[in-house]
Amino acid sequence: MANKLISEMGLPKSVANVFAARNIITAKDALSLGEFELMELLDVGLQEVMLAVAHISEISCPSYQTALSLLEQRSQNEYLAGHLPTRLKGLDEALCGGIPFGVVTELVGPAGIGKTQFCLKLALLASLPTSYGGLGGRVIYVDVESKFSSRRMIEMGLSSFPEIFQMEGLAQEMAGRILVLRPASLSEFTESLQQIKLSLLQHHVKLLIIDSMAALTSGEYGLGRSRHHPLGWHISFIKSLAEFCRIPVVVTNQVRSQARDEASQYLFQVQSNAETIEDRPKFDSHLVAALGIQWAHAVSIRLVLESRSGQRLIKIAKSSISPSIGFYFNITSSGISLLDDEGVEMMGAEANTIHCQGHGGIINVDTELPQSAT
Amino acid sequence: MEVSSLPLSASQRGKLISAGYTSLSSLCATSSCNLARDLKISENEAADILKVASRRSGLDKIENGGQAIMNGAQTAWDMLHEEESSICITTSCSDLDDILGGGIRCKEVTEIGGVPGIGKTQLGIQLAVNVQIPADYGGLGGKAIYIDTEGSFMVERALQIAEACADDMLEYNSLLWKDSQACEVNIQPRAFLNNMFYFRICTYTEQIAVINYLEKFISEHKDVKVVIIDSITFHFRQDFEDMALRTRLLGGMALKLMNLAKRFNLAVVLLNQVTTKYNEGSFQLTLALGDSWSHASTNRIILYWNGNERHAYIDKSPSMRSASAPYAVTIKGIRNSTSNCKRVKLM
Repeated sequence: MANKLISEMGLPKSVANVFAARNIITAKDALSLGEFELMELLDVGLQEVMLAVAHISEISCPSYQTALSLLEQRSQNEYLAGHLPTRLKGLDEALCGGIPFGVVTELVGPAGIGKTQFCLKLALLASLPTSYGGLGGRVIYVDVESKFSSRRMIEMGLSSFPEIFQMEGLAQEMAGRILVLRPASLSEFTESLQQIKLSLLQHHVKLLIIDSMAALTSGEYGLGRSRHHPLGWHISFIKSLAEFCRIPVVVTNQVRSQARDEASQYLFQVQSNAETIEDRPKFDSHLVAALGIQWAHAVSIRLVLESRSGQRLIKIAKSSISPSIGFYFNITSSGISLLDDEGVEMMGAEANTIHCQGHGGIINVDTELPQSAT
Repeated sequence: MEVSSLPLSASQRGKLISAGYTSLSSLCATSSCNLARDLKISENEAADILKVASRRSGLDKIENGGQAIMNGAQTAWDMLHEEESSICITTSCSDLDDILGGGIRCKEVTEIGGVPGIGKTQLGIQLAVNVQIPADYGGLGGKAIYIDTEGSFMVERALQIAEACADDMLEYNSLLWKDSQACEVNIQPRAFLNNMFYFRICTYTEQIAVINYLEKFISEHKDVKVVIIDSITFHFRQDFEDMALRTRLLGGMALKLMNLAKRFNLAVVLLNQVTTKYNEGSFQLTLALGDSWSHASTNRIILYWNGNERHAYIDKSPSMRSASAPYAVTIKGIRNSTSNCKRVKLM
């Protein structure tokens, strides 16, 4: 609506002409200027400018909904109440049904922890026919790190849904619904995102997975002091894709070690700490999500996968609806499976830390992990 | 007083100055037909200019009659009374209410910031529910406008919080009317949702538009008592090449919000993201949008992790002392931190 034409807003002819003459064509052009700047530029009185701005604002402002109508609309129109079940009972319960439609869900964790495994499973679930509890649609899988493995996915399918995958031709049909994109660079990715937008609307796409987001910027994004986030545009684009197509979007994020001087405190905290001598807890692990804080603000749900004293743990680190809770899991031939559906409550900031202790250990010990997974 | 300070268009101003009308007093002494002749403009236009000029000189003139010495001014004594009668929206966390002097104040712009996942949106939704608590229960009985720029508003969560709030009110009711015949009140959580006006904003242009439009919207919906913008930052952090323009637009927005808060006696709550800033040799967290923005709000509250507990810290306020208090995000919404009965720490 930002690009609405001023000439079509029903302003008085004389005023509309003045705007056109100064090359102020869209609402964006007009509203990017202050009222006094406009007055100067258009050479009309303040009164008229204010009236015109009020009119333009009213027209280009999206209409409101009450939260109640929003709720009713969601519950009526959406299959599975707007969630893609992960089939991990405990996690689904905590997430109120699964990965929600319309928002961006992020998976963060160290290499080899099972992010890709989780994504493969989700892709499979979304492609299942609705009669089997899937979304019965296409899946777009943006595979930046070239980790997508069809063999592994079919294997997961065979062991989790043998009754479907042993049927003739169904495996082919499922796999045929998953479209894998492999962009080589950020600019290629940008381009394919724009194409995705079109195909989402046309081709009955029910899930978008990006594995991983961080790999796209490695090298380009570090501690550079650029004012702009290299993914700034992508952040808002992906969010709007999720929202306007009402599909779940899952992205993965890598971890990196925290730089020593990295900000984790506010100025006032530093000051009060200085008085009481350094009592800041020393973190045993220094892992943080690779994409910075601006990205973290943008995702609606963040799931952290980590290893803690030799066990893998998936926990809900950010969600506006679910409590902070973690589940121990391991990786089997059918994908991720929870050891216990009960879950452990995470205390406060603990939900956000990323541990990687004894991680090498579990990979060796875990004999159930099939080879094709690595 | 110079003519150039009048809100007139450039060409009119140019004509005035070239015709010798440089000061306000010279305009006061002329009539509209004289002015029209001197400036070679229509008489109507000249009358408009004079109107503008007289309005301005009226403002500056000191009036001795009546109570007001200056037009539009208020004595500090009157303001004290007004402040005392001003109402607050509770946060549902009494520790937090204590340090805030009762809650989020009407007529003020309060900015709340914090790291992802700390509970900004939760607090926003909580306030949108709490503003509707009827006056019988010590609330405002108002309505809420929720401007969502990030798409993080979860209607299911709003329902949860509204249900918890309705439960609390019923409980309070049964305590209050224990002996007398219970006066039946029917509190519908869904009614809470019906009084939340939700705007979903997708670009910064829309954000500016909606803030411009609010004035009209609120004059049509007079019982709106809180405007929540979640978050003020999102669209202004990306796709912005011209930082000076960004500062100007943000400044203009802040001014309009401040006026709205005053004029309609409502609370404006702006949620903000955090960013890192280099300060005296180390990187620190700070609220986004830069230093000039930090002047925009009346109060500034920072939400942060203190060990395993969520805390809120008053970073800036003209009337409250700097303090921090723990809070918790529970299934019912924002509540007191239950882990211990720690005293509110004054810093």
